[in-house]
Amino acid sequence: MVNLSVDFCGVSFRNPTVLASGVWGVTAAALRNVVAHGAGGVTTKSIWMKENIGHRNPTMFGTEHYFLNAVGLSDAGIEKAKEETFSEYNKEKPAPIIANVVASSIDDFGEIAARIEECNPDLIEVNIACPNVEDSHGKPFSCSSADAAKVTEIVKKRVKNTPVIIKLTPNVANIGEIAKACVDKGADGFCAINTLFGMGIDINMRQPILTNKSGGLSGPGIKPAAVKAVWEIYRATGLPIIGTGGILTGEDVLEIMMAGARLVGMGTMVYYRGVEGFGLVVKEMEEWCKKNGVKNIEEIIGVAHKA
Amino acid sequence: MNIAKFDSRFATIAISKIVEENAITKTFIFEYPLGGLPGQFLMMWLPGIDEKPMSVAYDDGKEFWVTICKVGPFSEAMHGLKVGDRVGIRGPLGTHYEIGEGDHLVLVAGGYGAAPMYFVANQAVLMGCQVDFILGARNKDLLLYPEKILGLGENVKLHIATNDGSLGHKGFVTEVLDEVLAENGGAKGKGKINKVFTCGPEVMMKAVGDVCDKYKVKAWMSMEKYMKCGVGVCGQCALDDTGDLVCKDGPVMSFDYLRKLPEMGKYHRDGQGKKHYF
Repeated sequence: MVNLSVDFCGVSFRNPTVLASGVWGVTAAALRNVVAHGAGGVTTKSIWMKENIGHRNPTMFGTEHYFLNAVGLSDAGIEKAKEETFSEYNKEKPAPIIANVVASSIDDFGEIAARIEECNPDLIEVNIACPNVEDSHGKPFSCSSADAAKVTEIVKKRVKNTPVIIKLTPNVANIGEIAKACVDKGADGFCAINTLFGMGIDINMRQPILTNKSGGLSGPGIKPAAVKAVWEIYRATGLPIIGTGGILTGEDVLEIMMAGARLVGMGTMVYYRGVEGFGLVVKEMEEWCKKNGVKNIEEIIGVAHKA
Repeated sequence: MNIAKFDSRFATIAISKIVEENAITKTFIFEYPLGGLPGQFLMMWLPGIDEKPMSVAYDDGKEFWVTICKVGPFSEAMHGLKVGDRVGIRGPLGTHYEIGEGDHLVLVAGGYGAAPMYFVANQAVLMGCQVDFILGARNKDLLLYPEKILGLGENVKLHIATNDGSLGHKGFVTEVLDEVLAENGGAKGKGKINKVFTCGPEVMMKAVGDVCDKYKVKAWMSMEKYMKCGVGVCGQCALDDTGDLVCKDGPVMSFDYLRKLPEMGKYHRDGQGKKHYF
């Protein structure tokens, strides 16, 4: 028997796989379906204080190597999240739920974080990294240590008892430094990476495919960027990390855990393997652990740093 | 690895022909080997406007049709296109209707739901099936495809229902279905009707399912929910409370499955995931 359960900021997950934010997270029923297919936990789509329309279609497409999206964080707002998503999911909670929140100003991050805590999520994930939604200067908050620290500070001030994890962008040269700046303001952990900047052009139409023109790049091609970012954050902070980006198989999960991830987010994976992929990935991890004498999955977290 | 399987970029194709069906509906014909089956859909992209799911109204392997009713900005833009103009498509996507050789089918179409039902009838005739086609609309001018359906031959019997009684039965398609099933339906009926397929407003399809229950005939229906990606990623079209996706597990789903859903015939969700009751 392999013990696949992990502890993340005091929350117990039956296995390290979690649904990443932005995929399948529109309703409680969809989240439950993901858990039923094997995920150890789920993350909501980014929740705003108020309704956010998002971008018009096309909002996403994929190839064998990558996936591009610019949904624009469409959401019905906190009231719907509270009255519907959380109240229904929490009735008989099948697995821990991570509330992903987003805002367009530093003060609003404090407000949404405080409101979401009333919904009783297990963890609060603060999305300061979406490449499709920008601050007034046209860049994600997690592009600068100062902005990332300010958001962390205000969120930690408003949230009473729930661990706060900061979701970081890979579109920087100093992700370790940015993570450290968040730790100084009390961040309890991290999620990395959000998508990379990307664009695809339809050569026949001679224009970008996504209505938003540019989008967020995910899928198997970005795994090395994710592994590297997790490695840097782990080395800089030692805090729990949800490693995500291009993870498709059990072997991918083990790889990013060896870089330092404690939980592993999968989103785009469902494009390639369907929601059934969660169960398959867990099985693949378990088989590898059995073959390689790993009895407790926590043994492998960050193990590559010791080499 | 089948690389093409994971490519959901668009094919760019030109409109070969446009047919005006009625005042608000046009059929766009594309000479392109889509390979769609009855009930399946495709995503259609008009650059700068939007990308929407559209059901396939006909596909013979050489050309396919999409019939579009003017209901919003995308369909209005489509109606402004000319022969030779190009659109982006990806598909065919989703599940399809299972037609068995020698089936006796009843097809119930409400409004532009006639498009995929026509495709079913077309295939069914090729497979030696008997078809009762119940076509409904608010009035006779909005009936879609009546001549095309009549042109399918003697194995297809057309029944018409209009809300205002301007042609055929005055009332609902479900009332005609009740009559057809009373005469032919169920295991004991003389017509051996074994399947009912329906496409139209969800409230109508739910009512069709209820009539089928009365005669113990199985029904399948084309679900329409707000979709973004069409390829099982965004979760926008997840059904309550199974969490299954209309784009992958549907759009064609059995009434045996759908009847258990709390949302069936009651509400749908918008692009932000908010509920709207019918």
